[in-house]
Amino acid sequence: MNGKLSRHSFAGLEPRRCRLFHGPKRVRGVKTINQLSVNKLCWRKDVAAKFADGQTIMVGGFAVHGVPNLLLDVLVQSAVKDLTIISNGAGDPGVGVGKIFRSRQARKHITSHTGTNPELCKMVSKKEIALELCPMGTLVERIRCGGAGLGGVLLKTGIGTVAEEGMQKLEVDGETYLLAKPLRADIALVHAWKADSVGNLVFRGTSENFNPLIAMAADLVIAEADEIVEVGSIDPDLVDTPGVFVNMVLAESGT
Amino acid sequence: MKSKKDFIATRVARFFNPGDLVNLGIGLPTLVGKYIPEGVVLHAENGAVKYGPAPEAGKEDRDYINASGKFVTLLPGAACFDSALSFSIIRGGHLDATVLGILQVDEKGNLANWTTPGKVVGMGGAMDLVYGARRVIVCGEHTAKDGSPKIVKQCTMPLTGAGVVDVIVTDLCVIEVTKDGLVVREIAPGITIEDIRSKTEAELIFPEEIAVMGADK
Repeated sequence: MNGKLSRHSFAGLEPRRCRLFHGPKRVRGVKTINQLSVNKLCWRKDVAAKFADGQTIMVGGFAVHGVPNLLLDVLVQSAVKDLTIISNGAGDPGVGVGKIFRSRQARKHITSHTGTNPELCKMVSKKEIALELCPMGTLVERIRCGGAGLGGVLLKTGIGTVAEEGMQKLEVDGETYLLAKPLRADIALVHAWKADSVGNLVFRGTSENFNPLIAMAADLVIAEADEIVEVGSIDPDLVDTPGVFVNMVLAESGT
Repeated sequence: MKSKKDFIATRVARFFNPGDLVNLGIGLPTLVGKYIPEGVVLHAENGAVKYGPAPEAGKEDRDYINASGKFVTLLPGAACFDSALSFSIIRGGHLDATVLGILQVDEKGNLANWTTPGKVVGMGGAMDLVYGARRVIVCGEHTAKDGSPKIVKQCTMPLTGAGVVDVIVTDLCVIEVTKDGLVVREIAPGITIEDIRSKTEAELIFPEEIAVMGADK
């Protein structure tokens, strides 16, 4: 590690200490060193303390399902602004990720679909918020690249459409592809079905969607769950997102 | 007497055989689900295969929805997964077909169906579907609500995909997109070639043998 290591108090149910690493290139981001032995349970005030103006935040969910509603409430109450929000869709007006647009905390939205949120569409038309559209499958692969240490991914999706604007074209073995570059965030807000205190997550049904992907692609990953369970009660074979990816787990459940 | 939409959906459903993995888009394509043969497996791009009809009132589960955000049930053998895997199914050639709506489709099989100029909406998974699915079937009424043709010489609206459409199904006819152009394969009962020509901007090819659309197999 070539950055400065500093100690930082971490308030959980049983307060422990964890190390924070401030990478040289990231000003706003908070890079944490993760440990599977650390109690990651935390309260709303601990989450609120992580938010800052200008951050890029990934939010899980498809439509208004599998959305981290409790964490979004904390983000709204924090009143931080100039956020870049990355999410699959725009939620409904004032619902799900739509809460962040109603509270006018975002200056940019990177997404695949805004049709369910006419309120946001109006703000985009009035140029109150910048919109970057990306096909859903390309968006999820960009996030996966960001989390998996890949420099990008080659796709055919969108060739010959507006989606190829600004993208580099590459020819490989006679086939033309678009190069989609990785996406990362300062913070990812994840919704799970079950979580334990070391951050192991299990998702349920179609509420899984983007959640396990964004859980790999941010410097600080905060999860909430329908149910917080004892460490050891999740069958290791059934863990969807290993706790190594997760930094904080909200010690509240049910949305 | 079936409505135009049911007539179209019934015809589209007949393309599928038990075991096919199919993704149905929003709107009229969703109606196709009502008529598909038993054993056709439906894929929802938000992360499920083998989903079934909507649950009874009061039995909705917020963790089981389709890509329209509507509650669904899961049939025995169903599976749920994350979005990266879901789009790997689509792009990786594992999806036998997708059924999508039409704003415009042209002689080269270009499809425009995700937005109109100036409208803020987003393409969602439509672009992935048209480039990834092994067969792309588009369906809808033959003309737009104002009577203007949807099957045009060249799309003027933003494209969903270039050269991606295989089959067009409307209330008047079934058209195959070939390298020679748009070939009419079936015509609905009571409809003449002249009816179709007058409501179509694109050049159509009428081969000698054309089946009656909707006739039993």
